[in-house]
Amino acid sequence: MATQTVVTPGVDPAPAKKVKPRDAARVPGERSLVASPTTWVVWAATAAFFVLLIGILVSVVVDSFGKSWFRGWLPESWSSSWYTSAWDRFGMTQIIGVTLGVAAAVIVVSVVVGVPAAYLLARRNFPFKRAVTLLFLLPVLMPPITYGIPLATVMYNLDLSRTLTAVILVNLVPSVPFVIMTMTPFIEQINPAIESAARMSGARMRQVFTKILFPLLVPGVLASSILVLVRTVGMFDLTFLVSGPGTDTLVVAIYRAMTAAGGGEARQLISAMAVVYTATMMVILIVALRFVSPTQLVARVRESRED
Amino acid sequence: MSSATAGRPHGRTRSTASLRHRLAERGIDVSLLMLLPALVVAIGLFVYPFSYGIGLTFQPTPATQEQWGGGVLANYLAFFKDPFVFNSVWLTMRLALPAALFNVLASVPMAFKLRKRFRGKKLLTTLLVLPITLGTVLTAQGLLIFAGRQGWLNRFLIQIGVIHDPLPLVNNYVGVFLSLVISGFPFAFLLISSYLSGIDPSIEAAAKTMGAGWGQRFRRVVLPLLAPGLATTFILTFVLAFSVFPSARLVGDASGATRVMALMAYRAFGEQTDYPMASTIALMMGVVELLVIALVLLWRSFLYKGSTGGKG
Repeated sequence: MATQTVVTPGVDPAPAKKVKPRDAARVPGERSLVASPTTWVVWAATAAFFVLLIGILVSVVVDSFGKSWFRGWLPESWSSSWYTSAWDRFGMTQIIGVTLGVAAAVIVVSVVVGVPAAYLLARRNFPFKRAVTLLFLLPVLMPPITYGIPLATVMYNLDLSRTLTAVILVNLVPSVPFVIMTMTPFIEQINPAIESAARMSGARMRQVFTKILFPLLVPGVLASSILVLVRTVGMFDLTFLVSGPGTDTLVVAIYRAMTAAGGGEARQLISAMAVVYTATMMVILIVALRFVSPTQLVARVRESRED
Repeated sequence: MSSATAGRPHGRTRSTASLRHRLAERGIDVSLLMLLPALVVAIGLFVYPFSYGIGLTFQPTPATQEQWGGGVLANYLAFFKDPFVFNSVWLTMRLALPAALFNVLASVPMAFKLRKRFRGKKLLTTLLVLPITLGTVLTAQGLLIFAGRQGWLNRFLIQIGVIHDPLPLVNNYVGVFLSLVISGFPFAFLLISSYLSGIDPSIEAAAKTMGAGWGQRFRRVVLPLLAPGLATTFILTFVLAFSVFPSARLVGDASGATRVMALMAYRAFGEQTDYPMASTIALMMGVVELLVIALVLLWRSFLYKGSTGGKG
């Protein structure tokens, strides 16, 4: 685990005084071999959290494959029929198509719109820069419902509700600021001397963008696209306010099935859909983790020197 | 002050050179157009609907006006006077504040312990990302099955003899709290560990060289540097928890202990189609949330000064 000893020459290893015995033989600030109580607490809390997490996941998976499971540790018999019936009953092909299509559109638009803005915010000073930054920050800070309900009302007035356009537009509101926020520090770390050199060699803004910046930005764009993908597929509140039958994304469809009037659908049907949702998200995230480390999202990580 | 690093080749057309030059010195030139699409999106999809919504709150429906009076302010009167609506503020806070606090406070020691490199770290981080893949809906479904009366958790606790009757863990406050922890904790943890890794280790190494113990280094060096990050994390987890909506309905008690503001707003919007009232509740949600954020920021500046300026 995280414990390690450092036997420092010159320090008498024998605990001489009545100090806490494990403190005596080590340099101040160095860790002892025996894990401290806090370490145990931390590991116990982690374990409890993961038990809950894994329990939740496994019980849904088991439920979705169980024939009938009301009492007892496990279902009496197994079958995959819930999946096929969920597929037919809810039109999963269409729902998944809508989900991925909306996500793709949101990604493309928010990257195309967000990256140039992030560039300006990272590199330039201009009048009202703080106001503009605040404007981009506000949708991220506000609860989605706060702007979602007026926005949905506008969509209703424009006769756009329950259309794919509305679902895409609504999802752009948090995504564009999100791309701007993740890309700005990324652009800041690119040495401006490279661009200056390109400009001195006669490149125009567009050329600087396509030939110099874009290749350097690919990892950042990829990372923020994946995050937007995850957010859009998982976005419930905003989509729920404007979508309808035929334009529901997967999360909203599951929610509607769970809260349908008259007690809702069979529990196993919903479990099957939830498993499909989680499997989709997992595939996305496994792909994502190959490109981006989760702790890199906020600040650039410097590995601890002592390793 | 823009030091005119904007190295745009100004003066290609001689006639407008001086104006362009002067503007460019203030940071205004053609490349600012790159900001335009983002501004259009922000204004068209955020500022305009939002102001429209604010306007809507002053146009109460006749029904609201009749019931609460007050002319254009009827919606606000209804919000503050109707205990059914107003109590939801308290219910939301009672859920979101403890959840956000728990997520942040539990993440700090964990992020600390897991900062160093050790075997299985990658696996642990990957597992922590798992709740993102679950989403609120599967979490809700899973909690209902796993922690329900017949679920594995209660079954196990009864089997080992800790309890006799199954604990009521879902369809109440506890259920929503658990789902908020499951979705919020990994997020808080990842944020805090990235803030932690943003702190230059050499600062801590210097403190170590001068003989500071673990506790001293934490209190005097790391915590002051981490405080802004903690405040930000708290704000972001609070925002997540504050707008809780699906889980409050699915694993909570939607007509009792977890009748949160978002639920009320949606009820007015989707079920009663009272758009003005829905906008009012939504707006008040924003106000309450921004109040909490402002308080946290205030507290943060206080804490930050207090712990760095202590000894000099």
